Amino acid sequence: MANNKRKNLTAVQQEYKELAKKREPARPVSKNCVRAFLVGGAICLLGQGIQEIFVHYAGFNEKEAGNPTVAILILISVILTSLGVYDKIAQFAGAGSAVPVTGFANTMASAAIEHRSEGLVLGVGGKMFKVAGPVIVYGTVAAFIVAILHLLFNPNALGGK
Amino acid sequence: MIFLWAFIIGGAICVFGQICFDVFKMDPAHTMTLLVVLGAAFDGLGLYDPLIKFAGAGATVPITSFGNSLVHGALQELQSNGWIGVITGIFEVTSAGISAAIIFSFLAAVFVKPKG
Repeated sequence: MANNKRKNLTAVQQEYKELAKKREPARPVSKNCVRAFLVGGAICLLGQGIQEIFVHYAGFNEKEAGNPTVAILILISVILTSLGVYDKIAQFAGAGSAVPVTGFANTMASAAIEHRSEGLVLGVGGKMFKVAGPVIVYGTVAAFIVAILHLLFNPNALGGK
Repeated sequence: MIFLWAFIIGGAICVFGQICFDVFKMDPAHTMTLLVVLGAAFDGLGLYDPLIKFAGAGATVPITSFGNSLVHGALQELQSNGWIGVITGIFEVTSAGISAAIIFSFLAAVFVKPKG
């Protein structure tokens, strides 16, 4: 496939591609990874803290506390996105702020705010899932396939019915 | 102790995402999609629950847990309602995350003026 693409380019275009490849600044991978680790870890730490509060002060058990914790993190993320703070964190942290569920909420909130000018229905409603849409679609399809595989290969999947 | 592991495992998953960004030149949408599918696959193999027990929010806060919850919902409904659970159960556990994200994002879009 990559070879096919190459054949369609003229000699000059190929030359340019080579040149561009050489001039592209090397990404500081290790520095970025350290930043992603620290910020991503900190967000999970915050999540753990919120979860402990739900367990100790609101009478949730460990498993039930997961859902309200995620909801609170999403609320915090949307507020920070609205204030323009989350984007600044993201510039520093890269994947550290994109991979936690807060990053998922950030893509939705920023898309919704950005496309507000196109109207409440087609702008906010339609464009909100620009990045989050693929995540939900592939997550759902993957879950469906996993469940089918369980149905086929795990004799206990149906709970003895 | 759980706090330490939450930090380390959560950070490690983010480093994996960063490597997808920088080394494999993937964009955020592709990376998040990959992580969700990986989360679903890990849960299918029965590996995600032990990780949650071990690392707490370090495993439930990254987006991989979204794939894990989707599978969990489907398997739970499979147990209680039979084969139709494959369709009816998928969003059972993830309702909180998706609903919260939609509602808060909508309210933000209505009340916040875009910047920049």
